[in-house]
Amino acid sequence: MISLAPFFDNSPEPVRQPLRFRANRLSPVARIAYQTAMTDSVSDLIACPKCDVLHKLPQLEKGAQAKCVRCGTVLMAPRDGAMTRIVMLSITALILMIAAVFFPFLELSVKGLGRKSSVFDAILAFSEGLMLPLSFAVAALIVVLPVTRFLALIYVFAPMALGWAPARQAREVFKLAEAIRPWAMAEVFIIGVAVALVKVAGLAQVTLGPAFWAFVGLVIITVLKDNFMCRVTVWQTLNARSQS
Amino acid sequence: MSGDGMANAERAQPVVTARAAGLVGCAECGHVFPVGAERCRVCGTRLVSRDMASLQKVWAWLFAGMVVYIPANVYPMLRTTTFGRTQESTIVGGVFDLIDHGSIGVALIVFVASVVIPVSKFIAIAYLALRVQRGQPGTASHFHLYEFVEFIGRWSMIDVFVVAILSALVQLNFVATIHPGIAAVSFALSVAFTMISANSFDPRLIWDAPREGTQL
Repeated sequence: MISLAPFFDNSPEPVRQPLRFRANRLSPVARIAYQTAMTDSVSDLIACPKCDVLHKLPQLEKGAQAKCVRCGTVLMAPRDGAMTRIVMLSITALILMIAAVFFPFLELSVKGLGRKSSVFDAILAFSEGLMLPLSFAVAALIVVLPVTRFLALIYVFAPMALGWAPARQAREVFKLAEAIRPWAMAEVFIIGVAVALVKVAGLAQVTLGPAFWAFVGLVIITVLKDNFMCRVTVWQTLNARSQS
Repeated sequence: MSGDGMANAERAQPVVTARAAGLVGCAECGHVFPVGAERCRVCGTRLVSRDMASLQKVWAWLFAGMVVYIPANVYPMLRTTTFGRTQESTIVGGVFDLIDHGSIGVALIVFVASVVIPVSKFIAIAYLALRVQRGQPGTASHFHLYEFVEFIGRWSMIDVFVVAILSALVQLNFVATIHPGIAAVSFALSVAFTMISANSFDPRLIWDAPREGTQL
């Protein structure tokens, strides 16, 4: 893990030392203007999306990480085979999601009375009367949006993992996937299940169904996958691939 | 600019922002363009150096979230019927029930997720937005507060999911049934509104020194 050097720092290695101007004594602002004028491009600069600090794009080894000097946001994190892994993990997550929705999720039994419920039942819990919209919202949060996100990621990364040019509209689709990200709440749902289980544990016996484990797997896969994704790196790759 | 920036930078490292250099950074992908460029050539996002209009969205969604949080606490979240006896419990009431049953740990999770986090989110977002409006330049800790609020927001949905799962699971005719209460809807709305509020915030505003424009 290394820190990115601010763009105007002349030293080759990432440093946390005071600013030095080697050749010219221009102010930083003037230097930018100068650089821009000379190279007619600011394509080797990057501004941290979270705090606007300019950095010079570093040449990173695979597996290294570049962070913003001011706020610590990860700016670049190239990894070997990241695209392939994202695609594989998304496909796995999709399969697990299908299992999670259709197999029984939990089974409750007390004194001979039993009730199996699926994720679908949890969604339909709010389907009476005024609360119907909440049913749609829950369906969206735990099934529809995660699935949309997996499909979008496969659409964007599968062609690139195979070495092809990015698919049509890949940028829009990737933006959509990023916009959905906070709203895909499969992992929140799993913690909710855990809390619910403790609540009914005294009341009745609860058996975990196959769908529960599918969902747990899904959450682990999602977390793994998101670790492989660095937004800025993805955009750079998308950009480079679509130009060539 | 650099004077203010340096005085407030925690690591005391001199930094130059894209705005100070007469450039616009893309909030989505970080690519840099000269001021005046309309859209990012890399990802197609509309380029804004500082999204001051975002503050209005932040306040609007924040107030909406606070308003619907009130019925979420007043009305019942769960209706439990055991052997013909119906009991309604609110969010806080549910926490006390859990404590009575001796599951302090779960009571704590529920209390934190449905009371502590929402309320501190309201306060944190309002605090950050007020600072920006007053033109107070923030430090890394203000930014981390923002990051935390943005990260934690979705976890408040736990309570809604718990209600959904309980209502789906506990349907044992006469012995015990659980139905969701109307508070679940307003609580879900409150969480969603607060998430939108936090997502609308342009974090680059947090760092700015007063000179860099604060008029709304």
